[in-house]
Parts: sequence; C-alpha cells; structure tokens
Amino acid sequence: MIKFFLMVNKQGQTRLSKYYEHVEINKRTLLETEVIKSCLSRSSEQCSFIEYKDFKLIYRQYAALFIVVGVNDTENEMAIYEFIHNFVEVLDDYFSRVSELDIMFNLDKVHIILDEMVLNGCIVETNRARILAPLLILDKMSDS
Amino acid sequence: MALTIVSQIFPREMIPAVLPLIEDKLQHSKEIIRRKAVLALYKFYLIAPNQVQHIHIKFRKALCDRDVGVMAASLHIYLKMIKENSSAYKDLTGSFVTILKQVVGGKLPVDFNYHSVPAPWLQIQLLRILGLLGKDDQRTSELMYDVLDESLRRAELNHNVTYAILFECVHTVYSIYPKSELLEKAAKCIGKFVLSPKINLKYLGLKALTYVIQQDPTLALQHQMTIIECLDHPDPIIKRETLELLYRITNAQNITVIVQKMLEYLHQSKEEYIIVNLVGKIAELAEKYAPDNAWFIQTMNAVFSVGGDVMHPDIPNNFLRLLAEGFDDETENQQLRLYAVQSYFTLLDVENVFYPQRFLQVMSWVLGEYSYLLGKETPEEVITKLYKLLTSDSISSETKAWIIAAVTKLTPQAHSSNIVERLIQEFTTSLDTCLRQHAFELKHLHENVKFMKGLLPVDKSCEDMVVDASLSFLDGFVAEELSQGAAPYKPHHQRQEEKLSQEKVLSFEPYGLSFSSSGFSGRQSPAGISLGSDISGNSTDTGLKETNSLKLEGIKKLWGKEGYLPKKESKTGDETEALPVPQENIIMENVDQIITKKDQSQVLTQSKQEKEKQLLASSLFVGLGSESTINLLGKADTLSHKFRRKSKVKETKSGQTTTAQNMTRSSFSSSSNVTYEEDYYLDNLQDRGDKEVKKFSLNSELLDSESLTELPLVEKISNCRLSTPSLFADNNMEVFHPPQSTAASLANEISLASSLLEETTEHMHSDLMEVCDNETISVSSYKIWKDECLLMVWSVFNKSASELKSANLEIAPAENFKITEQPGCCLPVIEAESTKNFQYSVQMEKPFTEGNLSGFINYQVMDTHSVQLEFSVNLSLLDFIRPLKISTEDFGKLWLSFANDVKQNVKMSESQAALPSTLKALQQELRLHVVDIIGNEGLLACQLLPSNPCLLHFRVHGDMLALWFRSSCSTLPDYLLYQCQKVMEGS
Repeated sequence: MIKFFLMVNKQGQTRLSKYYEHVEINKRTLLETEVIKSCLSRSSEQCSFIEYKDFKLIYRQYAALFIVVGVNDTENEMAIYEFIHNFVEVLDDYFSRVSELDIMFNLDKVHIILDEMVLNGCIVETNRARILAPLLILDKMSDS
Repeated sequence: MALTIVSQIFPREMIPAVLPLIEDKLQHSKEIIRRKAVLALYKFYLIAPNQVQHIHIKFRKALCDRDVGVMAASLHIYLKMIKENSSAYKDLTGSFVTILKQVVGGKLPVDFNYHSVPAPWLQIQLLRILGLLGKDDQRTSELMYDVLDESLRRAELNHNVTYAILFECVHTVYSIYPKSELLEKAAKCIGKFVLSPKINLKYLGLKALTYVIQQDPTLALQHQMTIIECLDHPDPIIKRETLELLYRITNAQNITVIVQKMLEYLHQSKEEYIIVNLVGKIAELAEKYAPDNAWFIQTMNAVFSVGGDVMHPDIPNNFLRLLAEGFDDETENQQLRLYAVQSYFTLLDVENVFYPQRFLQVMSWVLGEYSYLLGKETPEEVITKLYKLLTSDSISSETKAWIIAAVTKLTPQAHSSNIVERLIQEFTTSLDTCLRQHAFELKHLHENVKFMKGLLPVDKSCEDMVVDASLSFLDGFVAEELSQGAAPYKPHHQRQEEKLSQEKVLSFEPYGLSFSSSGFSGRQSPAGISLGSDISGNSTDTGLKETNSLKLEGIKKLWGKEGYLPKKESKTGDETEALPVPQENIIMENVDQIITKKDQSQVLTQSKQEKEKQLLASSLFVGLGSESTINLLGKADTLSHKFRRKSKVKETKSGQTTTAQNMTRSSFSSSSNVTYEEDYYLDNLQDRGDKEVKKFSLNSELLDSESLTELPLVEKISNCRLSTPSLFADNNMEVFHPPQSTAASLANEISLASSLLEETTEHMHSDLMEVCDNETISVSSYKIWKDECLLMVWSVFNKSASELKSANLEIAPAENFKITEQPGCCLPVIEAESTKNFQYSVQMEKPFTEGNLSGFINYQVMDTHSVQLEFSVNLSLLDFIRPLKISTEDFGKLWLSFANDVKQNVKMSESQAALPSTLKALQQELRLHVVDIIGNEGLLACQLLPSNPCLLHFRVHGDMLALWFRSSCSTLPDYLLYQCQKVMEGS
C-alpha cells in the first residue's frame, strides 16, 4: 500500500504532497524534511529504495525534481518505481514537456491526475488516455 | 466527480444513505462511472466491511465487466477480501487465471500497454491474488501453474517493469503449493536479479532471496559468493537487506559470524530505528543459538552498550530472566552467572567510560544477585564500586534505585558496612522520594540484620514471595464497615456504568415517554428502589464471604457516587496500616513522617511488587514466541554442514582468523549444543506452565473474570454439564455401538442419527453433515445449540472391518473462537464398524458473520502407518445467538445502558408486511426472543454467547421496516443487521 506521495525539488521545497494515511500536520513537515535529507544524500549509483522506519521509500529523480513514494513492506518496489515513471509520462503528455513550473502553477491539475491514478493507497489506473479523460472534459468546460 | 470524492473522504455513518445510489451507478452505461462506483464501494469496504456484505454478488458482476478498467478496480476489493479469508473465494481462481491469461496474451486494448508490456500493474495485482489463493492448497495451485509459466516466459523483455512482474511471479511461485519446474525457473530468475549489475535489481533479488530462503535454504548456497559481495557493498541499504537475509539463515553453527557482521553494521549506523530493530534481532539470535557462555555474555554486553536506552525493554528483561531461571544444568548456570559477574566487575573497573542506563541497571542487578559467586572478591568491594557509581552525576535516578536495591541485597553478606552507612546517611536526605524510600528501607533493614538475612536470601530471585493479592486481611474490616451501613465497594467499570446510566436517564426522558405504552417507565423507579434495598440487606450477610470480589449487582439507583467515596478513603487508610510484614515494619517506624509520604511509599512498595510480577509476565509471553522457533531450528540443522562450509569461505575471504577458532569449537560442540538448546526450550515450556497455573489461581482470586483466564471457563463448563438434563449426562461423552457385523454403513448411520436425536432432544441441533471421508472412516459433524455454548460434535464412523488405533481428533485454534475440548476426546481405539463422538464446546470471542473451524483426525490402521484427514466446518454468527428472555422493563433498562446503536430501514416484501409474520420469521431464523409487541412496534432481544446482549427495536411504516439495534458490543449490531436483512430477503 502507498502511504504517501511527495514531489520535492533539490532545494528541499515540497511541490506536492499527498498522504493516504492520516499523519498529523506538524509531523508531516518533520517527515518530509527527513525523507528529503535521506534521498538527497544518495548518489545516482546507489539503490533507489531506502528503508525508513517501518516503511520503504522509493524515489526517482527527474532533473531537479525528486518524486518520493513511501510504501509499506507488502508493496513491490520495482512496480512503484515504474509507476512513478508512468506518472511523469502522463504529466509530460498533458503539459507537453512538463517542468517544475508547470507543476507549481497547475497544482490542481496535477492533483486530479494523481487522484485518478492512486486511490486509498492503491494504484487504480495506469492507462494514459483514461487518466486524462476527465481532466480534458474539465478543460473543455472551462474553455466554453 | 462526486464519486471520486466519495472514495476519498467519507464518513462511516453516511454509508447507508448513499449506498443505494452507488449501487445504481454500477449499472451505468459509461465505463468510467462504473469504475468510480466500484472504487467507492471499495472505500466503503475499507471503512465498514460489514455494511456492504449484502452486495458481494455485485462485486462479482464487476469482475466480469466487459471493460478492463472496471474489472481492474474490482480486483482491489478482492485482494483485500482474499487477504482476510482466502478459502471463501477459491471458486474464483479460474476467473482470475483466465483474466491473467488474457492480459499476458496481449488481448487487452493497446492503450493499456506500458512500454509494450500489457497492463503490468494489473498483472502484478492478479499475481498477488493468485499467490494468496494458492497458498498451501494444491488443487487451486494446479490451476495456475500454466499461467505462471506463461508469465515467467513472457516477461523476458529487458525493462524495469517486467522485472517487477517477474519479482511478483517468483513471489507467487514460492507462496503457492510448490511445483519443481516452476521453482527451478523462479530460482533462475532470482539468480539473474542478484547477479545483475543494476543496483535496484540486486536489491530486488536479495529481497526475493530472503523470501525464498524461508522455503528453500539451499538456494542461498548457489548465491553465496554474491551474498558475501553484497555484505561488503558500499550501499548501506544493500548491506542491510543482506543482513536481513543472513538473519533468516542463522543457525547454531554460523551464528558467531553473522552476529559479528550485524554488530559491525550496528556500530556504523546512526539511525535510531535501525538500531532498535537490529539490536532486537541480535539479542534474539544470541539467546537462541549461543554457542557458549562467554560469547553470549560478550554479545549481550555489546548489544547493551550500543543499543543502550533506545532498545526494547524486553531485551534486558529476557536476559535477566535467562540468568535467573537458568537451565537444567546447574553447573552451566553457575558458569554463566559467574562469567557475567566477572565481566561486569571488570567493566566497572574501567574509568571514564559511560554506559547506557539500561546496561547499568542490568549490571547492578546481576552484581546484586550473583556476586557471591565471585568468592574471592568480598561483597564490600562490589558495594564500593556500586557506591562510586551512585555518586556520579551521569546516571538517572531510576538507575540509582536499581543500584541501591543491589546494595541492599549485598549488605547482609558484607561483614563491615561503613560504606553502607555512609550511603544511608547520604540518601536518606535525598530530594528524590524514590531514592529516599529505598534508603530508609535499607536503613531499617540494616538495623535488624537477622531479619534482613531472612528477607533477602542468597540466590532466591526465582522463587516468588507470596503476595496476598486478594488483600484478604482486609476482609474483617470491610465486613465491619458493611455492617455499619457503608456501601459495598464497586469496581471501577460498574461505577462508570452507573454514572452513564444516570446521565442517560436524564437526557433520554422524552424517549422514555414514547415507551410509556409499555408501562415500564412508570414502574421503573419503585422497582429499582425495592431491588436496591433488597440487596443492601443481603450485602451485610454476604459481606464476609464476598469481600474478595467486593462486587454486588443491581445496586444502581440507591447507592450513588457519594456512598462510594468515603468508603474508598477508609479503605486506603486501612491498607496502610495492614500491609504485609516487611513493609509494615518500615512504615511503622516511619510513622512520624507526614502522611502523604506514607501513602507514596506504600504505592512505591506496591509498585515494586507489581514490577516484579510484570517482569515475570513479560518473560512468560516471550517464551511463547521462542517455542515456535523449534521447528525452524530443526530445519536449519539439516543444512548446518553446508553453511559451515560457506562461512569458511567467508572467513578466508575476509581473513578473519579469529573466528576460525570459534568455528572449530562450535563444530566440536555442535551436538552438545543441540541438546543444550532443547533443554532450554523444555525448561522454558515447563516454567511457563508453572507460572500460568500460578497466574490463573491468582486471577481467580481477584475475580477479574477476564476471558483470558481459563479457570472460570472450566468452571463454567462443569456448571453447564451439571445443568444439562440427566439424559445427556448419562452418555454425553461418547456413544458406543456394539459392533454390528452385518449392518451396512447406511444402517449404521441411521442408528447414529437416532442416537443423536435421543441425546440431543433437549437442545436444538443441526442435521448430520459429512465433512470428510476416505475408505476407512467417515467424519460427520453436527451442531448442538446449547443454552450456554455451541457444542460441536464430530462423529467418526469406522467403515473398515478392522479397528483403528490411536485415533485422535484435533481442532486447530481459530482466532475468533475459544474452543474447549470435552473430556474423553482422545480415544485410543475405534472398534470395527462403530462410531465415536468427539465433542468440543465453542465460544465466540469477537463477533463476525462467518468463521471457519478446521481440524484434522489421525488414526492408525492395525499398527501400520498413521493417516491424517483434514476437514473444516463453517460457523456463522447465528450459531452463537441465543434468545435473551427478559421482561419489558428490563428491556427498557438495558436499552438505556447500551452505547452502540445502529439504525437501518429495510424494505419488506408484500407477503411479510404484517408485523407478526415478520416477527415470527425473525424469531425462527435468528433465534430472537420477542419481548413485547405494542401497536406497530416490536421489541426483540438476543444475546451473543457468552454474554453480549443485543436489543432490537423495530417499527413498521407501510412497507418499510425501521430496525434499531443496540448492544454493549460495538460490532455486534452491524452483523445482526446483516443477518436480519438476509432473513427479510430470503422469506
């Protein structure tokens, strides 16, 4: 099960965070800083899975942006690792060459995409066209 | 959009309101709506599984949906449900296999592909479900061999996501019933992973290996070199994963090396969580496989000094227990203790070293108990050392208390006691009340040396002092108080209830009025008063006998809180005066001190005793854990020589010549080690047995009647046996049939059924149902719904012409049930063509709708091989529901006192629109007791065995039936509601 989904840049600023299990607000910041610290301290030839407390972190780096997913130990790490890439591909598709700025200024849309893909800690949809379908309808509505 | 919201945040209480709407959406024409509806239902299932029970059939429909998305969404629900109860969904295996086959075969639309792999996450999900379904089940597993083979073959592509699928495949292959070809292929896959230069794959391979090794340790041998490489890998994560793997393959031979590796890692790591985790593992391994005393103590020293204060408190407790209780062999014990004392003695000699508090506590305890073993070092020296520790500033007051306790233990052995006196002087003026208390104890004991020697004997830490837990010395006092008219003491929960019910009486006034037609609210208070006064009269009589329990029922309205308060004060006052001997001495001499101090000290001394008990208790339960490792041990031993070879490779590689010595020693003593371990476990078990008995008797005294204790249960059973009619008592254990040489098995069955009827006429019982059979025996079972419990009877019929020897029927313990064997269940011989009955009484521990009780029977045919036959029986909640016969007034009272309620409207069909017919159906199907019918309202009551009452109030409006449940148990109403709905739909 996925516990949380984080997007952070190299400076350690959180761009997006989503929790699938209740964590207190003040504990979130603490957790985020610790998670980022442990991710940033690792080099590229090191393994992209980290054990942190009682769950595992899976991270992937895209330019200056880190995506970190926390899962419990029943989850398949490699599947999540590829899922992150799938998520980025969807973003890329929607924003056409996604950058950190896109995510900063269209946070609502990123959230919609993420909600389509992950629900209650489970991966529910990985089909690119289907993920984007509701979002495109929304866009069409706001245009007209 | 609304459905998305529903599946993200939703309060539990609103489910009944929107559930029908969402059910409608399942039939929607758009696939996305259907998918969202399924996901919303998944959310409901997560937060309140019992409220969506009736729509399981719709999940099945979703699984067969023509759209892939909807099907995939329903998989989440199934994964969850199968995880909870895999046996109920075995029939779906076929469909899952077909789906996976289609996915793997690329039958899905192209847009589901991810890097030309068809729907990888869907595959992973399916594989996971199959793994759960096929666990330990050959027949189900056989269905999936083909498709697993297929997916292993298809996933040859060189892409990350295929590796993820492969990993899941391997996982599944190893969790289902094994098939050698598949295992081979999976092993090859793991090999590929582990040898891969890509670090992520290596990690995955190690993880798979760790999992696989539990089933098949030989695989580790193939990859031993890689494992050793990984052990020295620069990446700490890989290293840690490797250690995890080693932890699984540890045995008595390779322990020294593995623990050394772990300790090395431990010294490097800084993160608290890892330390705690690893320290626990090392301590566990050390206790399990320690090759010799010296090594054990040294390892534990290392563990204590590194783990320090963050580690789990069980570890030092266990260690001390091990030292104190020891093994069967007394010399072994003495050596171990001696070694421990010596090592701590030298450790304390070292200047300017800071040890963690826990470590110091352990040290001081050991020195206090066993320093007499040192012989040549006089106790004075030890005391001097401890005193030095005491005066240092770096230790906490808790540790200081431990140290003073150790000094107290040593004082009677010491000849001169200057230091002790100095210590007393210093600490009787300490600001810390705890320390001061200890110092005063020491002081007064010190004044009376003879008494002290009796109180603190040498090496008696294992023998418990007798503590009068029932406080029986208070009996006289309480009786006296009672005769003077004081209210009896009520336990805490009863007081709480009283308070609650008082509050409720106030706030529910209007509600009570609506019931006035039944007339109970008018009569309620006089009844209460008369009841109360009755009991108060009784209480003085029974006071003497009942002071142990101090619990009298029914006194609700008359004696309020104010009655209880003065009682409590007087009681505490009394306690301080009537404490057991040693404490009394101290406190009597300290009488001039202020009262608050006195109270506090009493609490302290009591809590000390409590602590001792807790220590024992905790050690008890850990014993349970270690028991299960016996199996593991046996498995590991068969492989021991291979691993020895392996660890030698390791040694030559890393050039650790020191461990070679250890290794040879361990191989010499390996055989003795095994026996030593066995002894240890035996000893453990025995100890535990003793303690449990002690605990039970204690508990029965306390009359806590926690369901944990077995004693009350046994009493209950014997009671219930007494109360059963004499007919039953005559032959309730077993039914012997004279050998009927000519009768066919059919005839026998009839006679069985008739004997069954004869025996059970007094109680309702179910039909005879065959649960399993083979050529020699057939086992049938039936349920007898007795008033006190559910009695399961298994009749074993011997079809063969020869007699069966050592027949034994065992029921596997299930988590929701408490199963008690009726005596006479293990019968050595079943004669030819005869029937024997095995009886078990079953009680439910927590409510649920359906549970499974499984067991097996084994027997021997004519001294040859023994045969084992497995069977299982389904039990439903209804088997445990009994009518609760109460009056309308009692109903009203109970209704107010229950906090958990559930309301639901149910539609009725035309035929049952009339209230009486509905009631009748409920009465018959659910065994509810109809309390009263007033107009279009009905009151029903039932209880879940052993004693969880549940009340049901319902009202008919047109074709709607408003059900309202209330119970003291939070989940029971939900389950009952579900059953009610089923009855309504069924009739």
